[in-house]
Amino acid sequence: MSSSMMIMMFYAAIIAAVPLLYAAIGEVFSQRSGVINLGLEGVMLMGAVTAFSIAVQTSSIGLTILGTIGVGILLGILYGFLTVTLQANQIVSGLALTMFGTGLSGFIGKDITGIPSPIVFSKLPIPFLSDIPVIGKILFTHDIFVYALYLIIPISFIYMYGTRYGLLLRSVGENPAAVDVVGKSVPTMRYIYICFGCGMTAIGGAYLSLVYSPSWLENMTAGRGWIALALVIFATWNPALAAVGALLFGGIDVLGMRMQAIGIDIPSYFIKMLPYAFTIFVLIVSTGDFGKKSIASPKALGIPYNREDR
Amino acid sequence: MISPIRLEKRGYLPTYLHILLPLLSVVFGLLFCAIILQLMGYNVWIIYGEMLKGSFGSKFGINDTILKSIPLMLSALGVSIAFKMLIWNIGAEGQFCMGAFAATGVALFWTWIPPGFVLPAMLLAGFVGGAIWAALAILPTAFFKVNETIVTLLMNYIAIHWLDYFIYGPWKDPNGFNFPITAMFPNHALLPYIPGTSIHIGLIIAFVAAIILYFIFDKTTWGYQIAVIGENRKAAAYGGLNIIKNIILVMVVSGGLVGIAGMVEVSGVAGRLQPGISGGYGYTAISIAYLSKFNPLAVIVVSFLFGGLLVGGFSLQAIGLPAQIVTMMQGAILFSVLGFELLTRYKIRRARKEVL
Repeated sequence: MSSSMMIMMFYAAIIAAVPLLYAAIGEVFSQRSGVINLGLEGVMLMGAVTAFSIAVQTSSIGLTILGTIGVGILLGILYGFLTVTLQANQIVSGLALTMFGTGLSGFIGKDITGIPSPIVFSKLPIPFLSDIPVIGKILFTHDIFVYALYLIIPISFIYMYGTRYGLLLRSVGENPAAVDVVGKSVPTMRYIYICFGCGMTAIGGAYLSLVYSPSWLENMTAGRGWIALALVIFATWNPALAAVGALLFGGIDVLGMRMQAIGIDIPSYFIKMLPYAFTIFVLIVSTGDFGKKSIASPKALGIPYNREDR
Repeated sequence: MISPIRLEKRGYLPTYLHILLPLLSVVFGLLFCAIILQLMGYNVWIIYGEMLKGSFGSKFGINDTILKSIPLMLSALGVSIAFKMLIWNIGAEGQFCMGAFAATGVALFWTWIPPGFVLPAMLLAGFVGGAIWAALAILPTAFFKVNETIVTLLMNYIAIHWLDYFIYGPWKDPNGFNFPITAMFPNHALLPYIPGTSIHIGLIIAFVAAIILYFIFDKTTWGYQIAVIGENRKAAAYGGLNIIKNIILVMVVSGGLVGIAGMVEVSGVAGRLQPGISGGYGYTAISIAYLSKFNPLAVIVVSFLFGGLLVGGFSLQAIGLPAQIVTMMQGAILFSVLGFELLTRYKIRRARKEVL
C-alpha cells in the first residue's frame, strides 16, 4: 500500500468516526447520569432527516444545525419524561424511541428521498497546520463538524473529570440518593444530560445526511446508533477513550470499503457484516467477565430513581 | 411545594386494570400519533379511517390481517419467553431471517427428502436456524456476562446481509430474469390452507405454540424457574438454579420459535426467499410481547391487532402515504404502554392536606 493511500485511509477513518463519536460522547454523558438510551438509532435518524429537510427548505447552515439540535432535545424530553418522570423500563423505552424515530424519519423523509443536498460543507484546511506533512492532511483538512469535535473531546473530558459539575454528574450515576441529599435535583440533572445526549446524537445523524453521504435515505444510519452504544461501553464511559474507539470503528468501516480496492476478493455482503461483527467482538473482549475485575459501569445505570425507595 | 396529587404503592393490580390499561395505552399511543400527524398537516380521520377500512373493513382485509398476524404471533411468543427471564432478546429480526434461510435450504436443496416429510423437515430447520442464531448471540452473555441487548441487535444486521448474499448470489433463481429471488418452492414445500379458508396452517402452528408456552409458564417447574430467574437472578442462582444453562435453553426456544415464524412466512406466504422477508416482524414482535405482558394467550389477541396495524399501513400507500407511519405508531404505542405502567405500580391519589 502506498503512503498516499495510507493517508487517505486514515483521513476517511476520521470521517467515518464522526457520526459515531458525536453519538457516543452524548451517550457517555447520559449514561454517566444513570440513564441508558437505547434509542440512539432513532434519534440519529431523526437528526439526519431533520437536518436534511431544513437544509432543503432554507439552505441555511445555522437554521439546520439549530433545528437538528432542537429535534434532538425534543426527543430527549420525551425520553426523559418516560424514563425519569414515569420511571419506565429504560431498555424497552429505548427500543420504543428507536421505532418511533425510524418510523417518523421515514415518514418525514418520503418527499426528499434521493435529492442532492443544497448545502455543501467544504473542507476548510487550517492554515499552517494543514501544511504539516502527513498529519496535516489527515487531521487538518476537514469540515467544521470535525473541528468542533477537536474542541468537544477535550472540553467534555475536562468537564467530566475536572469540574464540580462533572463530579456531580458522575455521582448522580453512582449514587443518586447522595446527590439528592446535598440538595441537587436528580431528575433535573438526568433530563439535562439525556437532552445533551440526544442533541449530540442528532448532530451525528446530521453529519451523515449532510456530509458523509449528502442525501436522505430511509434507515441510512444502518446501525450506527447501536455501534455508538457499544462504543460507550468499550470506552468505559470516558469521552476521550470514546474518541480512540470511534477511530478504531471508523477504521474498520474504511478498511471494509477498501478491501476490494487492495485486491482482497470477498463478496461485498460479507464486507458489510464486518462493522457489526467487529463491534460484537470488541464488546465481548472489552466487557466480558473473564474472571478478572469486572468493568466499572455507573452503579445506578438503568435504575430509575425514586426518592421514596431511598 | 406540595404536589396536588401523590402516588401510593399498589399491593396488587385489580383484574379489570389488566385489560383496561393495555387498551388505554393503545388508544393513547394512537392519539399521540394523531396529534403529530395533525401538526404535520395531515387529515387524521382519513388516515385512521383508511387504515381501519384496509385492515378490518372487508373480508379480504381481515384475511390479510390474519396472514400478517401469524408470523407476529410466533415471533412475539419467542420474544416473550426470553423477556420473561429478563433476557433482552431484541434479535428476533435476525432469528426470523435465519429460520427462513434454513427452511428455504431444505425446501430447495434437500431434494432427497420424501415429499411427505418436507414440511416437517422445514419446520424443524426453521426452529434450528433461529435457535442457532439466538444461541450464538447469547453465549457471550451466558458465559462472560456481556450485555445481550446490543449483541442480539447487531446480529440482525449480519443475518440480513447473510440472507442477501445467498439471494443475490448462489441461491438466485436461474430462471428468475436476474431478480434477487430464489426459485419457487415445490408444491409439497408450501404450507396448505386451513380447509375452507385462504389462511395457511401456520395459524394452527401458532395456536399450538401459544398453548404449549402457556402450559410451560403456568404448569411446569421450568416455567416457574424462568419466572424466578426473571424476578431475581442472584437469588435464583443462590437457590441452586443453573443460570447459564437456563439462559441458553431459553434463548434456544426463543430463537427457535422466531425461526419457525420465518419458516411459516416463506412457506405459507412468499413461497420463496426474497430480500426483506423479515420486514420488521422481529421488531413488531417486541411491542406485542411487551403489550401482552408476556402472556402467551394475550400474544395471540394482540398480534391480531398489530397485524391489522401493518395491513392498515400498507393500505395507506394507496393514498400516497408511506407505510413507515406504522413503525412510528408502534413506537408511540410502546411509549404509552411504558407510561401507563406507572399505574400498575402506583395508585394516583389526591393529596390530603397535611395537618401540621
